[in-house]
Amino acid sequence: MNKKLIKPGNYFMNGNFACAEAALIAGMNFYAGYPITPSSEIMERLSYRLPQVGGHFIEMEDEIASMAAIVGASNAGAKAMTATSGPGFSLMQENIGLAVITETPVVIVDEMRGGPSTGLPTRVGQGDVMQAMWGTHGDHEAIAYAPSSVQEMFDLTIKAFNTAEKYRNPVIVLTDQVIGHMSERLLVKNYEEYEVIEREIRKFPDPIGKVHDFSIDYVPMVIAGKGFHYNIDSLTHDEMGYPSNDPKIEEMMVRHLVEKIRKNEDNIVEYKEYLTDDAEVLIIAYGITARSSIEAIRKLREKGIRAGMLRPITLWPIPKRKIERLSEKIHIIFVPEINFGQYSHAIREHTKVPVKEIHFPPGAVPDPKIIIRNIEGDAT
Amino acid sequence: MIEEAIHPKDIYLRSDRFPHIWCPGCGLGIVLKSYVDAISKLDIPLDHHVLVSGIGCTARLPGYANVDSYHTTHGRAIPFATGLKIVNPELQVTVISGDGDLFNIGGNHIIHAARRNMDILVVCVNNFNYGMTGGQHGATTPEGARTSTTPYGNIEHSFNLPYIMASLGASYVARWTSLHVRQLTKSIMKAMKMKGFSFIEVISPCPPNFGKYNKFNDGLSQMEFFYENSVLDNNADLSEAYIDFSGKRPLIVGEFVQRIRPSYIELERDLIKRAMEEP
Ligand SMILES: Cc1ncc(C[n+]2csc(CCOP(=O)(O)OP(=O)(O)O)c2C)c(N)n1
Ligand code: SF4
Ligand SMILES: [Mg+2]
Repeated sequence: MNKKLIKPGNYFMNGNFACAEAALIAGMNFYAGYPITPSSEIMERLSYRLPQVGGHFIEMEDEIASMAAIVGASNAGAKAMTATSGPGFSLMQENIGLAVITETPVVIVDEMRGGPSTGLPTRVGQGDVMQAMWGTHGDHEAIAYAPSSVQEMFDLTIKAFNTAEKYRNPVIVLTDQVIGHMSERLLVKNYEEYEVIEREIRKFPDPIGKVHDFSIDYVPMVIAGKGFHYNIDSLTHDEMGYPSNDPKIEEMMVRHLVEKIRKNEDNIVEYKEYLTDDAEVLIIAYGITARSSIEAIRKLREKGIRAGMLRPITLWPIPKRKIERLSEKIHIIFVPEINFGQYSHAIREHTKVPVKEIHFPPGAVPDPKIIIRNIEGDAT
Repeated sequence: MIEEAIHPKDIYLRSDRFPHIWCPGCGLGIVLKSYVDAISKLDIPLDHHVLVSGIGCTARLPGYANVDSYHTTHGRAIPFATGLKIVNPELQVTVISGDGDLFNIGGNHIIHAARRNMDILVVCVNNFNYGMTGGQHGATTPEGARTSTTPYGNIEHSFNLPYIMASLGASYVARWTSLHVRQLTKSIMKAMKMKGFSFIEVISPCPPNFGKYNKFNDGLSQMEFFYENSVLDNNADLSEAYIDFSGKRPLIVGEFVQRIRPSYIELERDLIKRAMEEP
């Protein structure tokens, strides 16, 4: 491995720098971005670090360009990434769809701040959860990781690159202003301990004989300049990559795009449980809100309320089987979020127990006392 | 047994994709011919050619050429091409797209690519309207012209493309019409050999849309207009090179800019070298 990667050891680092360093370990060699609070330190760090390892950094004219550039770069064989926050994430949506339909692996970091619109640039929010799933138009599946510490920002950034390669899909690291800006302990392990999936690149000629194969979940990618002369299209296309108006082709293509994720959901989904074994009351929380929830659970237990937490690490796909199983033994679910109710809607689809929302307006880390008050009021 | 005749240019075309989708009298076939002629004459390996486009009638052109091709989203061909080129500078990356795609929705990207002197060739087919969506007006529609969304005549001032591109520092700037087939071919060949950002505007008829609204009833009558009004002037004052169809001003064509200026790829490779050598 490159000697200019961050050395194994213990660090005290902020989430944005951790994300940048992790991306380099994952082999990211192309970054395109446009500055926006609270994610700008990722690009600042990479403008300095990427050239040191022989990678490419470019500051684009906007987030639309940034997103298009990383899809282009990935099609030339690069591991490519961008980072942004709400307003920029909105601008990226159309070309996230381009990555989906062309099955191009890319990583997008979205650090949530208060919204809507320009909102609260410097303060935390969790209002992009549904956008991460449904922001780009048309049928698709999304993969989004929600780190809740600097350590996870690091580890999940590496994983995001691997997942993007494995499923040839855009992968989102959906984090928030607090995780991006706070500094805490980070352990960087020996490089051999990190799984890094390298892209399998097709060599011409190959027996596949077509650019796409909708009958299997994964076919290695064709990149530019290898002699294939294939067409890669944002229009609905057949397996040769040619545009088609045929509803049957649309069905085959979209079914493939959706199923390659759905069938592998159990391999993609990740979560952590906290004191769920004997829990009667379940909190489902993610990102920074999960940390407030742990404090709330500790206090609730002191008061005799057996609370526990499920913390989805993949917000998308949602850990639905786990929610279904836990619902058999708990009577109520609380969903604290820094928004006015988003992930709670998705949770309701997978449980028969009541799902109570605890709304935190964007701007501050959720106060555990408010979580406690809500739960005491409803659970007893 | 009768063998099917193979045209020597067939290896440059995806013959299974024909007939194409373009209307009779459309200028796009000529642009495809010029592109194919140019790459067949150049010594760049076919495998290194990449075509990128946005969305529109023009943007369907890469789908007919037998090279790696990327049909991206509306307006975003240039940033996509930028990503491709930076990662693999060995590629000859050519963007062929429409005036609406490149200068309306994608206007922000083309000015920045020219400013950066990004090492790509952009061929803009200017038919003065959005052909694909039914002939609406755009930033290239001449003042006074009628389109499906300017039924009272266009009140907006239009872009003068070579003037804009030259002012931003492009290494190569030319304009031709679809009548100037040989000049266009040579221009593409020359532009592909340049370092940095190259830009070629191709004025092209769109009979069922722009033509129909502006008294060019078929492709031929618009070609006749090009024939009668084109004036070759490589040293033209580009501020005067805007287009109208009054017949009162010349339609200036030519190779306006050829200059050597450090290109993005050269500068970036140097930056990486410096950063990697740092202790
Ligand atoms: C984001 C977005 N907006 C609008 C469209 C619809 N649309 C498709 S092609 C086009 C205009 C193309 O015009 P131009 O680039 O001049 O190409 P031409 O068809 O004239 O060759 C438009 C508006 C789209 N595909 N995507
Ligand atoms: S609508 Fe115009 S640009 Fe499109 S194919 Fe027809 S003539 Fe050509
Ligand atoms: Mg047009």
